[in-house]
Amino acid sequence: MTRTLLTKAADLKDGTATADTATTTDPAVRITGVHKSFGPALVLDDIDLEVRPGEFVCLLGASGCGKSTLLNLVAGLDSPTAGAIEVPGGKRPALMFQEHALFPWLTAGKNIELALRLRGLPREQRRPEAQRLLELVRLGDAYKKRVHELSGGMRQRVALARALAQDSDVLLMDEPFAALDAITRDVLHEELTRIWRETGVSVLFVTHNVREAVRLAQRVVLMSSRPGRVSRVWDVELPQPRRIEDAAVAELSVEITEELRGEIRRHGQH
Amino acid sequence: MASTDTSPAHSDIAGLEAGLDALETKATDRTPVRQVLLQKVLPPVTAVLLVIVLWQVLVWAEVTDEYKLPPPADVADSLQQMWLEGTLLEVIWTSVSRGLLGFLLALAIGTPLGLIVARVKFVRAAIGPILSGLQSLPSVAWVPPAVLWFGLNDQMMYAVILLGAVPSIANGLVSGIDQVPPLFLRAGKTLGATGLAGARHIVLPAALPGYLAGLKQGWAFSWRSLMAAEIIASSPDLGLGLGQLLENGRNNSDMPGIFLAILLILIVGIAIDLLIFSPLERRVLRSRGLLVKN
Repeated sequence: MTRTLLTKAADLKDGTATADTATTTDPAVRITGVHKSFGPALVLDDIDLEVRPGEFVCLLGASGCGKSTLLNLVAGLDSPTAGAIEVPGGKRPALMFQEHALFPWLTAGKNIELALRLRGLPREQRRPEAQRLLELVRLGDAYKKRVHELSGGMRQRVALARALAQDSDVLLMDEPFAALDAITRDVLHEELTRIWRETGVSVLFVTHNVREAVRLAQRVVLMSSRPGRVSRVWDVELPQPRRIEDAAVAELSVEITEELRGEIRRHGQH
Repeated sequence: MASTDTSPAHSDIAGLEAGLDALETKATDRTPVRQVLLQKVLPPVTAVLLVIVLWQVLVWAEVTDEYKLPPPADVADSLQQMWLEGTLLEVIWTSVSRGLLGFLLALAIGTPLGLIVARVKFVRAAIGPILSGLQSLPSVAWVPPAVLWFGLNDQMMYAVILLGAVPSIANGLVSGIDQVPPLFLRAGKTLGATGLAGARHIVLPAALPGYLAGLKQGWAFSWRSLMAAEIIASSPDLGLGLGQLLENGRNNSDMPGIFLAILLILIVGIAIDLLIFSPLERRVLRSRGLLVKN
């Protein structure tokens, strides 16, 4: 188990070293001492978290733990009350929502092309690049499809392709599979793992589903609620591809769930 | 396939995914022509025929004097006479060209106005309520002041059309922009569409259905305003339009002519809507999956 992880880490190090020596020590995302209040309510309390380049981190927590708020802060849609969020790669992080958020007035292909255009890719390169990204999510035939003609799982895959079109080093995902049926979600877990390994993108993935977190992540960060704090972190040293039914996944899920329940119980005591 | 993974579990996933995609994609097919004729054309045609039959029955029953309720055949005669004189299309074209030109002017003014009201808070607070209030003012109320401002000429007609249609078009755009889902704005922002790029790529296309509804209503208001202007301001210097045709009918106590003028006004209003605005609206809604088949 550990050997696979080590090899992967070494690969990553080699890749980044040749590209740019300045970024080898930088994390993909650095969150230091972040507080966030909405009026009198403290939502995030002193969050410290780093996502290493190419790492897959799951933020896990019950409602009210501020995990989506934290993701919005990293995405730059909102700013922290105190503390700092750095994305050393310099590019705006890509963000995927629970709703596909595809634009219904554009075809699947044109949705991706819009992202490419806003990123500044020259016109003649957009179409082939959009087609390549659709093929990456195994929707090579869907270029001309309208959003309403696609199933829920297909829409999320187009949304993933559109997020990847930003060519960002960081992909933020806000419960992207929560609205899908279990069979489709299972397939998309496998696709996401494959695409993450192929692209080497760093992923910060928000979920309230413990098994999903253990299935996907290299590191699971459990957050406590009201205010949101980092309560515990697990390194998931299981080889990928994993399956959600794996005994080892189940075992760790039980452990994390116990901890999560403990956190939730504390709120009922006063 | 783009996959580089060769483990059995992963090569398997492509097939599984293709199966899921096939299972969950609904087939969309076009309605056959026969069905369209039966469901969309037959009912209104039947209704119109019934009205004509009822009309004829009322004439036969002599419910009132013939100069008050002419038989349908007399109205058809008036129509045929106008056609033979070659004036029919001329009269229709006079009004339609005025109406469409006025509408295009209203479009050119109402669109930027709507954009400003929707996006600038101060302007919205200042004139937003007036703009929506103006929609409930019957446009015929603008005719007397417009006659005094401009005299009995085409400018006066265009002024009345503009005063009637600009608020509708501007309001349509404002409500279209207000109804843009916040999720689209957030998605646009993370893709880098802010400021002008955001307006062009996200806000305006998302607001299009509301804008089109405003245009449709704007046309209805243009047409009504124009008819009011033509009825009140008829003068030999102004070309003969449908409104003047109606007013001439009153002056000559020519009831078949009056009925004919009313029918023509109605038909032109409906035709423009059916030929221009409805197809446009259906196209936009269908492409977004917002048109529910029933």
